[in-house]
Amino acid sequence: MAEKSNSERPGRRKFIKKGMLTGAGALIGSGLVSSCSDEKSGESSEKVKLLTTDGKLVEVDKNQLQHMSMDLATREESRQGIPGSKFVLVVDLSRCKNARKCKIACDEHHNLTPDRPFIKILKMQDNPNSSPYWMPKKCFQCDNPPCVKVCPVGATYKRSDGIVLVDNVRCIGCRFCMAACPYSARVFNWGKPNPPVDREGEVYSPESSSPSLIGTVEKCDFCPDTIRQGKLPPCIPSCPNGALYFGNELDDTVTNGFETERFSELLREKAGYRYMEELGTLPRVYYLPPANRSFPFKDDPSIESS
Amino acid sequence: MDKSINDQASEGYLKEIQHDLFMTLSWKSRRSKLWLVALFLIIMLGIFAYYRQIKFGLIVTAMRDYTSWGIYISNFVFFVAVSLIGSLMSSILKLTNAKWSTPLTRISEIIAVACIICASIIIIVDMGRPDRFFNVILHGRIQSPIIWDVIVIFTYLIISLLLLYLPLIPDIALCRDHLSSVPKWQRKFYRFLSRGWKSKPEQYKIILKSIRILSIMIIPVAFAIHTITSWLFATTWRPGWDSTNLGPYFVSGAFMVGSAVIVVAMYFIRRNLHLKKYITEKHFDNMGKLLVLLSLVYLYFNINEYLGPAFKMVGVEGEHITELFTGKYAPMYWMVQIFGMILPILVMLPRKGRKPFPMLIVSFFVILGAWFKRFLIVIPSLQHPYLPIQNVDQSYREYFPTWEEWAICAASVAGVLLIITLFMKIFPIIPIWELAEEKGVNKEQIK
Ligand code: SF4
Repeated sequence: MAEKSNSERPGRRKFIKKGMLTGAGALIGSGLVSSCSDEKSGESSEKVKLLTTDGKLVEVDKNQLQHMSMDLATREESRQGIPGSKFVLVVDLSRCKNARKCKIACDEHHNLTPDRPFIKILKMQDNPNSSPYWMPKKCFQCDNPPCVKVCPVGATYKRSDGIVLVDNVRCIGCRFCMAACPYSARVFNWGKPNPPVDREGEVYSPESSSPSLIGTVEKCDFCPDTIRQGKLPPCIPSCPNGALYFGNELDDTVTNGFETERFSELLREKAGYRYMEELGTLPRVYYLPPANRSFPFKDDPSIESS
Repeated sequence: MDKSINDQASEGYLKEIQHDLFMTLSWKSRRSKLWLVALFLIIMLGIFAYYRQIKFGLIVTAMRDYTSWGIYISNFVFFVAVSLIGSLMSSILKLTNAKWSTPLTRISEIIAVACIICASIIIIVDMGRPDRFFNVILHGRIQSPIIWDVIVIFTYLIISLLLLYLPLIPDIALCRDHLSSVPKWQRKFYRFLSRGWKSKPEQYKIILKSIRILSIMIIPVAFAIHTITSWLFATTWRPGWDSTNLGPYFVSGAFMVGSAVIVVAMYFIRRNLHLKKYITEKHFDNMGKLLVLLSLVYLYFNINEYLGPAFKMVGVEGEHITELFTGKYAPMYWMVQIFGMILPILVMLPRKGRKPFPMLIVSFFVILGAWFKRFLIVIPSLQHPYLPIQNVDQSYREYFPTWEEWAICAASVAGVLLIITLFMKIFPIIPIWELAEEKGVNKEQIK
């Protein structure tokens, strides 16, 4: 089996490369576009006149227009995965230098306050003799998800495309999923959400995890809203070092916005692994070990380890 | 044997019991009023705290993303634990023909009911979105341990209510027929609840049979309610909770704290309601022996719970154990283990330690120990996730409950006490007919 696929690869690889190069180009392009418009968001002087469904003429901020016109999945639609996909994330630990750009992009995309991010960049050290390294960590979108198993109301669920989502309109705020998650991936809206940007009129969708709703739980959602628009999740292209690869396991391709790789090859060549495999949660996030690093480890004194 | 003399004697005895036990309903002392006012005030404070929580969200608590469960949950586990006493006293002891426990059955059953009610309330208080409570019914997923818990707690509440009510019917009928000085609503209430009770043999037959079936049924349900509560923890991926021992560990601890609660209740009811004749030193002695036995069982499960992980000291599990044994939770941990478990065993082993007053003191220790033990089960585990806690506000690393949390927990305890107190004001707290029957009075004569 393995041999056969090996002999097949060159031809297929070329094809994938071609296809994905244009794909990646488009992805980068749209990534840039979205980050430009995000920078503007908040205070925009441009107003647009619109006719509402009930016949009134209204003036709307251009940024709001963009958010509202996003074709967001309804709560029911969000329960179905994007067909033909099994999303994976690969984090190359040898390329992370704690730039924290992915976290910032994520905070912006989900309109989160900086103190309770979905992405955490942890300082890790496997043993006293090995060198520390930075480990970006988000929801692992497990295939055997502890959080989904324990949720009493099915407010957190697993989709066919591998994504684990939260329906914040159904969540009762019991926080059982937080207790169950071994990776501390979940954050809770303890008080009234205090979004940095006022996105008035924004409609909630489990696929955008925004706006945050008080008394409910949230986490990294692999951004199916942007995937549906043909874009990469904002964290991926924002990494200046290309440490984060995102892609579809069924196509066997992942991209960091600059380069596109065969998913299986990347894992094989760089000895990819999943964090705490022994827990049996079957994460969809893979790590490439922090070997042959692009950057020497530079400590951040503001981080105290526990 | 001369039957008529016998009848007269038993009738006289019945009159005596009735008189004594009806007396408990008419306690109108200043102290009891003060007690009610105090309970009421504590509950009002709790309601105010909850109002603030509704208004601002769970942010008013000290819970944060890592310590995502706090004293609401430990208080909930505590109440569920105490409620197990109902099944122990009115079912297990009854089925084993331990006659001495008859005067204690009703006390234990009302404690069980009150605790289950307040446990349910506190779990709703813990919800981030209590307004969506009905999602539990609308969208309930039977795969979730929370739903198992909801179902079994509800079942336990129903069976406990029946086990409280059914043996109460003959006594309610007595109240209906003999208490003429009570307000009109109360008489109506008795009439309604007594459901036409006339002490007929067939009526007794139905009641006794139902009680017997229920008291067998409640045993597995009682074990289930606390075992499933332990599974809320054991089914998560957390060091400290990842234990197959958790079920029996919780159940044994529950029987122990429940017995201690009964002892405290016995002490105050006996003293304040002048029931020395019915709740005797013998009862304390027996409860003492029972409590020692239960504490020893609990000690056994404690050793099981901690020895393995402490011997191996694996990763975060080891960190968690170290934190309990020598870290920031060590003072609380050792206080709980020594004063809440070892000391009671030592005090109550000799006969002298099983007198009412030492029993009261020791039981207080057991109860306090049990409350804080549940704190130690819930909170430190949450503070030891697999991945390090970094880059967070200091408030995320620690957990000191806020006044709102304390007020709400205090209110829930006051709620339990209020339910018990009000019950005692309306119904005889010692089962009259069962006691009379045990003394040889013919059941049908109890009118
Ligand atoms: S907090 Fe919400 S998503 Fe999590 S288990 Fe409870 S109901 Fe489900």
